[in-house]
Amino acid sequence: MKSEEMTSIRNRAYKNKNLFSACIQQLLAFLRFFKQDKFCMIGAIIYVIFIILAVFAPVIAPYDPHEMQKKDGQILFNQPPSKEHLLGTTNMGRDIFSQLIYGIQPALVVGFSAAFFVVVVGTLVGLLAGYFRGWIDTLLMRMTDIAFGIPFEPFVIVLVAFLGPSVWNIVLAMALLLWRDTARVIRSQVLTVRERSFVEAAKVSGASHLRIIFFHIAPNILPLSFLYGSLAVGWAILTEAAVSFLGFGDPTVISWGYMLHDAYVSQALSRGAFYWFVPPGLCIMLAVMAGFFIGRGTEEILYPRLKKH
Amino acid sequence: MHKKWKFMISKVLQMIFTLWAIATILFFLFRLMPGNPLAAYIDPTFTKEQQEILLQQFGLDKPLWQQYFIYFGNLLQGELGNSFFFKEPVIKIIWNVLPNTIYLMLSSLIIAYVIGTLGGVILAWKRGTKTETVGIVLTLFTRSAPQFWVGMVVLAIFSFKLNWFPSAGASPAGIVYDSEIEKLLSPQFYKHLLLPSLTLAVYLLGLPLLLMRSNMMDVMNEAYVDMARMRGLKEWRIMLKYAARNAALPVITAMAVGIGYAIGGNVVIETVFSWPGLGRLLVDAVTSSDYPLAQGAFILIAAVMVFMNLVADLLYSLLDPRVSVRR
Repeated sequence: MKSEEMTSIRNRAYKNKNLFSACIQQLLAFLRFFKQDKFCMIGAIIYVIFIILAVFAPVIAPYDPHEMQKKDGQILFNQPPSKEHLLGTTNMGRDIFSQLIYGIQPALVVGFSAAFFVVVVGTLVGLLAGYFRGWIDTLLMRMTDIAFGIPFEPFVIVLVAFLGPSVWNIVLAMALLLWRDTARVIRSQVLTVRERSFVEAAKVSGASHLRIIFFHIAPNILPLSFLYGSLAVGWAILTEAAVSFLGFGDPTVISWGYMLHDAYVSQALSRGAFYWFVPPGLCIMLAVMAGFFIGRGTEEILYPRLKKH
Repeated sequence: MHKKWKFMISKVLQMIFTLWAIATILFFLFRLMPGNPLAAYIDPTFTKEQQEILLQQFGLDKPLWQQYFIYFGNLLQGELGNSFFFKEPVIKIIWNVLPNTIYLMLSSLIIAYVIGTLGGVILAWKRGTKTETVGIVLTLFTRSAPQFWVGMVVLAIFSFKLNWFPSAGASPAGIVYDSEIEKLLSPQFYKHLLLPSLTLAVYLLGLPLLLMRSNMMDVMNEAYVDMARMRGLKEWRIMLKYAARNAALPVITAMAVGIGYAIGGNVVIETVFSWPGLGRLLVDAVTSSDYPLAQGAFILIAAVMVFMNLVADLLYSLLDPRVSVRR
């Protein structure tokens, strides 16, 4: 219903010759769409704040995250929170608050790029398998079974260890495996959509397979893809954090996972330096939850079903 | 009946195919990667002859296709090679740590599924109230918090600050148990197990809880629940005796899958708590480029996952006959 409403508003906007007012109307329609949904709105607001903070990180962060902070020629190791250092400093004298701000960017980059690949691959596999059935379906679904049989975290660790520690290798590892859930769900949805009469009508009127798949069936399963994308954003941020925590992360990038790794190996736990390792975890939680909220991923989480065949 | 057997046999064949494919992927993954696999094993002080012997011992001087057949022959016999680092058979090392992973996994799964199932019943019962909102928000927290971070916070509070529990390992330093039974009878072991087990349980709790909740809401609309209500039975009795019983079936299948995923999934928990299990073994093996050990641990984790998926499929078809007929 909502998407229909949106298209009608968009069509009206296109009729308007004035490009500027058309853009404004588009924006308003978009905002109205978000306003209808409280969860979606909260998620979107959190992400807007994160994106602004990430873009302006050099301005907002008071210090260089790598720089050892000094006062009167002495390096400030393990400082508790103070006015100069809001969240204190690490055992190497680095400003924790600045690291936290700089950590937003890798989280967003990993989250969105991994989700993009997961959605594209998963949706394509699901569409092709569900539409063509037969041997294509069998082949693609056996591939999905295999992907389900490969343990996720060990696979990411091994691949990243072999290909070298970089954010993009973590994204690659996730893109190679995480499409599996999306593919299964999209396929089962396509199986029902392809029986609907408008698909039949398109076939009779001589539309090509590709046209039917991408113009007639795909728009009907996109909300589902979007939902799985929002789940993938959360998964990706959590995975990057776990991989970095285990010490396989990109050593040149200060991510929240790296901060937690740093805190763990520098005995921050035994020193009770909560100001060091609590904030990155809270940030990860916030980013993951916001992802769930935006895509209505909460719905999938709150109403889980067993595997759909 | 005939159809059911056919379904089961095709599922088993599918599992064998999946295992073969995963083993093949692993073979290439571990062999086509950059870096010398013998780097961890060959000491620079070794002579040329010593290096030659080692090369032949692992079959690494043969062409790739020959290595593939040697690899599969070995795999079928349960021969996973020797660890580069420990200089012991991989299967022996894995066998030594496997019980620890199973104790951790089973204890946390039991805690999670008992509390989760009961929690799901309560949340469905109290739907529309503040209790439900609080419960759901808390569950969402457990789903989005990184497991290892929860472990870190728990360690910092209960081990380091309050000093209630040990901070690492499965036994006090210097103590070696003669047998698994002796380990299981030692109170010290449970003191070590409690924190990692609870941390893992907090994460696992979400699935049974939410699954139970949504099943309960479906079941509560069924006629027999209305009937029970009309007979004037007490609400808690209706919930437990009529609704929960039927809503619990899918949760049981979820647990079968959960066992499989828990074995592969607690890599981070085992690392945070330095728990000597399969996950931590894998991380250590990858870190030290101990290829045979990493490969062996990976294969075992994958095999358990695939097998538990099969168990879940079969359980599901036993509990819900429509599944096998639909195929």
